[in-house]
Amino acid sequence: MNHKIKSIIPQLLTLLFVVAVIGFFTINAQLNMEERGIDFGYGFLNQESSFDVQFSLIEYDGSHSYAKAYLVGLLNTILVSVLGIIFCTIIGVIIGIARLSPNYLIRNTAAWYVEFFRNVPLLLQIFFWYYAALRALPLPENTEPLFGVTYLTVKGYYIPRLIWENFDILIYSILAAIISIVFIRNYARKLQEEKGQQLPVLLISAGLLLVFPAITFVTGMVQLEVALPVLKQLSKTSFIYAEGLSIPPELLALVLALSLYTATFVAECVRAGIQGISKGQKEAAASVGLTPNQILKLVIMPQALRIIIPPTTNQYLNLTKNSSLAAAIAYPDLVLVFAGTALMQTGRAIEIVSITMLTYLTLSLSISVLMNWYNKKIAIKEK
Amino acid sequence: MLRTLKALVYLLTSIALLVSFETSAFAKKSKTLKKTQKMGFVRCGVSQGLPGFSNADASGNWTGVDVDLCRAVAAATLGDSGKVKFFPLSAKERFTALTSGEIDVLSRNTTWTLSRDADIGLTFVGVNFYDGQGFMVRKSSGITSVNQFKAGVSACTNLGTTTELNMRDFFNSKGIKYEPVTFEKADEVVAAYDAGRCDTYTTDKSGLAAQRIKLSKPNDHIVLPETISKEPLGPVVRQGDPVWEDIVRWSLNVMIEAEEYGITSANADSMKSSENPAVKRLVGAEGELGAAFGLDNDWSLRIIKQVGNYGESYKRNIADTGILPDRGPNQLWTKGGILYVPPAR
Repeated sequence: MNHKIKSIIPQLLTLLFVVAVIGFFTINAQLNMEERGIDFGYGFLNQESSFDVQFSLIEYDGSHSYAKAYLVGLLNTILVSVLGIIFCTIIGVIIGIARLSPNYLIRNTAAWYVEFFRNVPLLLQIFFWYYAALRALPLPENTEPLFGVTYLTVKGYYIPRLIWENFDILIYSILAAIISIVFIRNYARKLQEEKGQQLPVLLISAGLLLVFPAITFVTGMVQLEVALPVLKQLSKTSFIYAEGLSIPPELLALVLALSLYTATFVAECVRAGIQGISKGQKEAAASVGLTPNQILKLVIMPQALRIIIPPTTNQYLNLTKNSSLAAAIAYPDLVLVFAGTALMQTGRAIEIVSITMLTYLTLSLSISVLMNWYNKKIAIKEK
Repeated sequence: MLRTLKALVYLLTSIALLVSFETSAFAKKSKTLKKTQKMGFVRCGVSQGLPGFSNADASGNWTGVDVDLCRAVAAATLGDSGKVKFFPLSAKERFTALTSGEIDVLSRNTTWTLSRDADIGLTFVGVNFYDGQGFMVRKSSGITSVNQFKAGVSACTNLGTTTELNMRDFFNSKGIKYEPVTFEKADEVVAAYDAGRCDTYTTDKSGLAAQRIKLSKPNDHIVLPETISKEPLGPVVRQGDPVWEDIVRWSLNVMIEAEEYGITSANADSMKSSENPAVKRLVGAEGELGAAFGLDNDWSLRIIKQVGNYGESYKRNIADTGILPDRGPNQLWTKGGILYVPPAR
């Protein structure tokens, strides 16, 4: 009994302290707001926002509500985070493996890349890509096409717009392909375990992913039209590309900076993971006759991933949070649209900042949960 | 025994009440004023650099009409126009800085609107510059009127301003689809426009005139003649201190009225012997205007002597610097403008 009380008292005191601190800040804020005639509430979210946003994934203009403006910002933040995570993973894995290359030139180039990009502050890199690199691009009227139909200009990257008909059928066909791939993989594993035969799973999967959607095209169920960017004159010296899709330079600069910066850390995680596997594993695999590719795929990577995933999760979280630097270069992310313009137009600092903080918390926790799930999946299963 | 005790308590409370009434009647000092006098400087929120309004030079000296208003408040309350601490704020930060008590006066080309005045704990005390929103374009574009904008036009402006809202109203009413590009700092907007990221730069016309000087080739750009909104710019204080509010309001009014009566920083002292009682009141030679705020009687004289009247401030900061040589609506009502302030009496 005595022991129980002893263990509870410090916890109770801590809880009391936390409650007191939160209570103090709440009451303090309340008193001050009352004194200054500021009311508190989330009703403003339903009001008309009456400001426009440069770039939005959903249909939005100033006649929609602040809640919708919040959604616009949130989606833009998610977009830049997802793109950043994909690119930083690709670059990071390549650089990480390159750092262990036996080739002197490749190894040292990768090392220089890592040392340079991780030691320059991220905000500075964002400014560099936006104010120096992308500003050096030509005006729309002087731009030579890139890949024939796309135009990289100071006003943005103009690409053809795809106009789908019966887009949902295409989605269904892709889903069907994915389901059949799962079946084939299971079958291949069974075949391997029972008879020792191997199926070229990767090739078959890729084939299925191509064939299924292709059938929908051939039969005419799904149709695709392409709207190419067309130069349009706004005034004597001002041009844009109309018809096509325009990717704003702010998004380009942000994704470039975020993925190049975070890739250095991912590369180090990958290198650590691979080096963490003892040499004996590789030699043992080679001695049973596995090819170098098989060694990497079947022996090294499954073990290395266990070391790579947890620190890489941190990097993904960092990237997501760092995406809030977007506000510095006018990319309309959550911070710029909601904690910026919306906050200014409504003056509801406490409400908006608290919503924004909660949103980033939720985003980070979701990434954490997802990565922890994946980590558990690839961890050694004790049998 | 109990009776005498009761009587004693009554007596004591009534004395206490009387005394408290008495002191409150005498000490008509505002909380903000007390704090300011204790600190020894006025905490004033200004822009991060807008020539003519609030701009710091290489050695950190602030100049501009918005800055002069803060200096006037310092001259009135502390006796020295130099006792101001300036806080450069972005459009996004300004109101929070004021409501949270980081600054006591916000004098930062801020537009007076109903929602700002009524909704978020602020009080606008007057107008020190009548402005309107305009557009700047490259001369080479051949655009000479806002009616020539076409769908797809990209417009750079500041985040969290009335400009952002007016721009939408304007393009919507014309049925033009546009691309808003909003930056937090004015310098970033100018840089983006200069690089060709945007076809037009839109903000208050005074701001356009001032920022044009910062462009790499100012003469390659023009401000279009149309004005698309009313932008009365003026100082703001926190809600809840009416005496401080009055001090700031009348510091501004005194500057404007001094110009109306021809009192300048040079002739203020000699005006004490003027025949006109209105003039004498302004230079503290008649009446006791300062007492109402808890200030001495020379408060207005100090403003005029140390900072000058509105006309001097305008000439020094906006006209002589080539930003807007023509005073336009910011001329006295007696000279065809709309500057008209209540009488100081």
